Amino acid sequence: MLRAKHKTGLVFFPAFDWAISPTHPEREERLLYTQDQVFEEGVTDIDGVFEFKPDIATVQDIRRVHFCVPDEWKVITESHLISAGGAKTIGISVMEKKVDRGFALVRPPGHHAMRVVHGARGFCNINIEAIMIEYLRRKYGVNRVAIVDTDCHHGDGTQDIYWHDPDTLFISMHQDGRTLYPGTGFHYELGGPTAIGSTINIPLPPRTSAEGFLYVTENVVRPILDEFKPELVVNSAGQDNHYTDPITNMLFSAQGYARLTELLQPDIAVLEGGYSIEGALPYVNVGIILAMAGLDYSKVQEPDYEPEKIKQSRDVTRMIETVSGQIMQYWGKRREYHEKSMNSGKEFSDRDRSVYYDTDDIMETQKERIRICPDCSGVVRIDSSTDSGRRILAIRIPRKACKKCSELGYEWCEAGASEDFGGIYLQDAVRDQYFAHKKN
Amino acid sequence: MIIGLDVGGTNTDVVLLNDEGIVRQVKVPTNQTDLLHSVWMGLEEVTRDIPPESIHRAVLSTTLTTNCVAECKLTPVGMIVSSGPGIDPECYRTGEHYFAVAGSIDHRGREIQPVDAAEIEAIASRLRSEGVRHVGVAGKFSIRNPKHELQIEEILGSDFDYVILGHRISGNLSFPRRIATAHVNAAVYPTHKRFFEAVRDSLARKGFTFPIYVLKADGGTISFDTALDYPGQSILSGPAASVMGSLPFASDAEETLVLDVGGTTTDMAVLIRNAPLLDPVGIDMGGFKTLIRALKTQSIGLGGESVVRIADGALKIGPDRQGPAMAYGGPAPTVTDALFVLGQLSGGDVDAARRGLTPLAEKMGASVEEAADRIFDHACKTIMRAAADMIADVNSKPVYTVHELLDGYQVKPTEVLVLGGPAPYFAMRFAALTDFHVTVVPQWQVANAIGAALARTTCEITLFVDTERGIASIPEEAYYQPIKKDFDREKAIELAYEMLRQKALRFGAEPGDLDVELLEDVEFNMVRGFYTTGRIIRVRVQIKPGLIHQYRSIAGMLTSYCPIGARS
Repeated sequence: MLRAKHKTGLVFFPAFDWAISPTHPEREERLLYTQDQVFEEGVTDIDGVFEFKPDIATVQDIRRVHFCVPDEWKVITESHLISAGGAKTIGISVMEKKVDRGFALVRPPGHHAMRVVHGARGFCNINIEAIMIEYLRRKYGVNRVAIVDTDCHHGDGTQDIYWHDPDTLFISMHQDGRTLYPGTGFHYELGGPTAIGSTINIPLPPRTSAEGFLYVTENVVRPILDEFKPELVVNSAGQDNHYTDPITNMLFSAQGYARLTELLQPDIAVLEGGYSIEGALPYVNVGIILAMAGLDYSKVQEPDYEPEKIKQSRDVTRMIETVSGQIMQYWGKRREYHEKSMNSGKEFSDRDRSVYYDTDDIMETQKERIRICPDCSGVVRIDSSTDSGRRILAIRIPRKACKKCSELGYEWCEAGASEDFGGIYLQDAVRDQYFAHKKN
Repeated sequence: MIIGLDVGGTNTDVVLLNDEGIVRQVKVPTNQTDLLHSVWMGLEEVTRDIPPESIHRAVLSTTLTTNCVAECKLTPVGMIVSSGPGIDPECYRTGEHYFAVAGSIDHRGREIQPVDAAEIEAIASRLRSEGVRHVGVAGKFSIRNPKHELQIEEILGSDFDYVILGHRISGNLSFPRRIATAHVNAAVYPTHKRFFEAVRDSLARKGFTFPIYVLKADGGTISFDTALDYPGQSILSGPAASVMGSLPFASDAEETLVLDVGGTTTDMAVLIRNAPLLDPVGIDMGGFKTLIRALKTQSIGLGGESVVRIADGALKIGPDRQGPAMAYGGPAPTVTDALFVLGQLSGGDVDAARRGLTPLAEKMGASVEEAADRIFDHACKTIMRAAADMIADVNSKPVYTVHELLDGYQVKPTEVLVLGGPAPYFAMRFAALTDFHVTVVPQWQVANAIGAALARTTCEITLFVDTERGIASIPEEAYYQPIKKDFDREKAIELAYEMLRQKALRFGAEPGDLDVELLEDVEFNMVRGFYTTGRIIRVRVQIKPGLIHQYRSIAGMLTSYCPIGARS
């Protein structure tokens, strides 16, 4: 009889009645064949594997993470609350030691959803991992968390949310941004001025195969995780690096994903993208579940799996080795960079940027200001406007904010009242409070 | 008139019913080593002096197959499994004659790797030479395309006594359970066949030719001939008999909890608007997780004859039974003895009961009466707690659509039906302890046999339609037909119902007793490259477990019937 080495929790929520649009990749059918495979393999009958019903996330859970404009219900559907709730269920089960690890096989995904949400980007509305993590921090006092994003697309939403958080290590491996949506995630993107080195990007050339993914896992991700010493490792387990995925250009396999999971040893995995719904997802998901449970996955293969046909070229190998070397160099010097940034003599750091919401066709412009604070990670102020004429002010007082940063946050908020904002929002992570003032 | 017979762990109950109620009821001790004798004694007794032509049917619920599995008295079975990629099929080895063979079908039912005929022929000759007469064949995703199982069956030829194909068992997914279920069916086949043929022959010798039905774990019946082919269906029919026996007494609108308090165990089930709740996948028993359709039941090791003791300073009841209560000459104090001390039961040796409880009372620092009260209270509370756990388990069943999750349907019974030996005494205490509306099932001592007698024929089918592949299939019915692109949900449901009716009639249902229900009905558009290329439709329908119409009217009369000479 099969017995899991690690007690493993599963939330399976395929949202069989929800789609972005009838022919969109994010549609009802997406996890149908995965469900078939998981059920046919009898995975939930394995001793030590438990299937849980997802919780429904609350608006308060979202408000710990996002500024939804104009409000939560305008940018989400119930399905998003269940998807985030499913991730939360797994997080709770792990924290309460009902299981050793868990996998939330849910949709819709979330890793392109940033701090400010005007609509959907890259099929994502709210960041389900961040919602889970901030819930676990609040409920169980978890501090250091690492997120390893293995989706083929750069997890730019998660990166944005944790850009200024030195307690959250965000590592993303993905197809090079020059060749794929969302076009970001270069190896020199290392985190904001008060959190340098807590963001790590590993861009991989198109046609990277298992060899390359496992190389960076062993030579970049693992050593960094071992040094960071997180209390929780969360895997944003996108599955679109697969050699059959219709919207990407990689050569990864079910065997490779399972091995990667085994190397990563995540406490919590959350499904992200993956749109080869028949040829990849059924096998990749079974592989990941078995690897999480510590069971043999050697026979989990795609029907058309031929490792020789999906080998990466020598050029690809060389490019991966080079970028890995550079990243490890950055990582080695992160304290030096941090010192330099903190001692720049400036009280504030500003950045201007544009964010495109491809799914909803919205162009957002942000002016972001952070206080370079010697005592905390710094209060953040975002002046966000969209091409549809909406302009809001969003202020985030971080979880460990010092008194001065907290006060400044509220001062900014009050000062904003005299400016031309359609809404003013404030997240006070110290008190776990959220204020929204909408003018129209 | 009709006969219902239920073999229990201690007694075998038989009833003869006519339009007006119970004509006769018989209780004979069950001889576990010779069940045939017990069944025959019961049948002989209940039919004594009854003209053979006046009996229209008999339904038997026995522990035969359950015992085979529980006691590992299983016939050697050759298992041939073709898995394709996935979990190593070695993990599901059923015994010595287990062969993981080539051949693979994917989730859509497409052939990935063919069967290797030479490999199967070699296995067949090996099984023949080793004297294995019973074979199970199970393929991963065979319910999406039975081709490989059928090919293997053909290669095996007619040399074996019994060959069971996985896709005929159930339309539900789960390859490991398909293997286990095929194995269990094949492994109990010869014992089951011998037994039932003996029953039929014995009856025939006495001139009884009425049709025999066998009760299944889902609370439905199947004809004798069908039961021979799928003997595994009769596993764990005991709890189902009691639940069916309680059915006439559940109120229509409510959700009801059924508690069958027996000697060794208490079995629990849930009725929703007068229909028993089914297990979503299938029976778990004796280490076998199967696809055998069953009522959702929960059994705890606490009954009237469970041993009472103090362990680590705390009161502990069961899960063992060492014999009857001390009041009936047993060796150890039981819950029944507590009832004697409390003056609730009579007809036994009260002094023996008191003697049994005295050392417990001393340890508890209480009087014997107080101790008895606490024991009884503890037993009732433990049962109610287990019932609450079971309901929580039912309510935590995952759902897969936004609609169902938000809808959040929760089972919340407001009514409890109690049956089994000490039913009335437990019922009173349950009523005192909870807010439930508690009722004792009339004829609680033979409700199981009545349930068997009145149960209608049930069955289920699952229809899969894949319009892109142009196929409609009903695996259990060996139905695999091409369809046109315009085949839609409406047509699917219509086809499913039609095939269900045919199956039910073949299984022995009365044409007037086809209470059909749509269990699942989903449709997915298949989109490939931004175009809809087809539809996947899945429909699951069943004949609901329930009581045969013809005898529905007698339920009311059962309430007024007063059994004579029944043992409390």
